[in-house]
Amino acid sequence: MTLPARLAVERRPVPGAGFSVRVPADLGLVEEAVDLVARHCLASGLPPRRARFNLRVALCEALANAIIYGNAADPSTAVDVDVTLSDNTLTLRVADEGPGFDPAAVPEPTLPDGLDATGGRGLFLIRQLMDHVYFNDRGNQICMVLRRV
Amino acid sequence: MSFTVRKDEAKGVVIVGIDGQLIVGNRHELKQRVLDALADGERKILVDFSATGYIDSSGLGVLVSLAKKMREEGGELRLAGLNEDLKTLFELTKLDTLFTIVDSPDEALAGF
Repeated sequence: MTLPARLAVERRPVPGAGFSVRVPADLGLVEEAVDLVARHCLASGLPPRRARFNLRVALCEALANAIIYGNAADPSTAVDVDVTLSDNTLTLRVADEGPGFDPAAVPEPTLPDGLDATGGRGLFLIRQLMDHVYFNDRGNQICMVLRRV
Repeated sequence: MSFTVRKDEAKGVVIVGIDGQLIVGNRHELKQRVLDALADGERKILVDFSATGYIDSSGLGVLVSLAKKMREEGGELRLAGLNEDLKTLFELTKLDTLFTIVDSPDEALAGF
């Protein structure tokens, strides 16, 4: 696998167990990071549509939120993506360096009053596209689980 | 990722094609292309997603913003060529109720 510049990848010692990617807080690197993770997951047997669409959109959202809101777009910071593959699931953990937030406080974006808002759909899409989504207590790490079948 | 801009002179429609993704890293480029066309006096814009991979919420947000701007200026923004995945995004977010979404670019052009 050819690694994109500036993305630091660390593989687990057990083959197939997963890997971690450290992404500098630069929105210009989001597409590369998403592509790297998606290609690896596709090669590991994730169904093509789930790798092509669900995973890419959800990871893109999580990275953008982490860079913009978590790390306040500070270029000296980074976002850590941890990928774990099991027989049945793909688990993505995305952690930023920020103070965290309360995901329960994010408003529903599909209500009529907010339908023409230009933002606020990221977390909603993640919840729609992944099978399970939860956060750590601090609120600076999202865990997204996608079934492999 | 790249954007292509061409004009159908017969219909007076500017067609903006998105080759690749429309996401947080390039959304401003699409916005600028459409605003440039608007500043040039164009009032009919078609965004062609036939070669688009995926869109994130930032991309959706830019489309909402541009559609509003076009309406304010007496113009119209239409979307065409969305694959099933992209249609799903618009349906999940209920944005399919805000936009004119047509299956093919040719069909969209005919409707302007």
